[in-house]
Amino acid sequence: MNQITVEIKDQKDIITARQAVRDMARKLGLRLADQTRLATAISELTRNVIQYAGNGVCAIRDVSDAHVLRIVAVIEDFGPGILDVEKAMTYGFSTSKGLGAGLPGSKSLVQEFDIQSKPGNTKVTIVVCRRRV
Amino acid sequence: MKIPILKLGDTLLASIPEDLTDEDAIHFQTDTLEKVKKTEAGGVVIDITALQVVDSFMARVINDTANMAKLLGAEVVLCGMNPSVAITLVEMGRELIGVKAVLNLEQGMKALRKLIDKK
Repeated sequence: MNQITVEIKDQKDIITARQAVRDMARKLGLRLADQTRLATAISELTRNVIQYAGNGVCAIRDVSDAHVLRIVAVIEDFGPGILDVEKAMTYGFSTSKGLGAGLPGSKSLVQEFDIQSKPGNTKVTIVVCRRRV
Repeated sequence: MKIPILKLGDTLLASIPEDLTDEDAIHFQTDTLEKVKKTEAGGVVIDITALQVVDSFMARVINDTANMAKLLGAEVVLCGMNPSVAITLVEMGRELIGVKAVLNLEQGMKALRKLIDKK
């Protein structure tokens, strides 16, 4: 199992995290569109960390097996938390000046998406998986 | 990082490099608008061939820049979007990009010429 952890403290870390996930996806043999989907989702989610929490961590793991290529990414922060997760997942809703496309947009790019939030801890888990060919 | 904005006759050309930070993107927006005003350009071609990732933030910066340039009286054409970026933007949601887009730089300059001449 291969894991990369990127600390998210400023804007440059958004780029580091999305490059790291792209690299891992490419090396695993995921197609370019999937590499881009993953990198874009990571970009959205780590930006949320910077914007709403200030800092956090992005952990990317390769948990592929003989049949399936699978990358799991966990983006976690220790900020104020999301007051209304359901609302935050609605397209067009934003508490900042954003487009409100970040969370629902990322969700539509991946196969699995989970978000847990309480004051002091928000954790988003995304999974991209593809059958090996 | 300062993105060069080149003047070609009455048009401007900017090629966005890979992995721009959010701050750089906002600076690019301001620089473009100021250059449009200063050079009295009829329009701008924004080339995004190098971008492997366009997230909702970058999409908004591009859209906003085009709308702002319009307010100044200039046209904007986007060119060179990668297929996987197009896939991602459409999958992410409605109308993240609402700018006139063409395949490559050559078509970009042609399309911009048309838009400017129409005015």
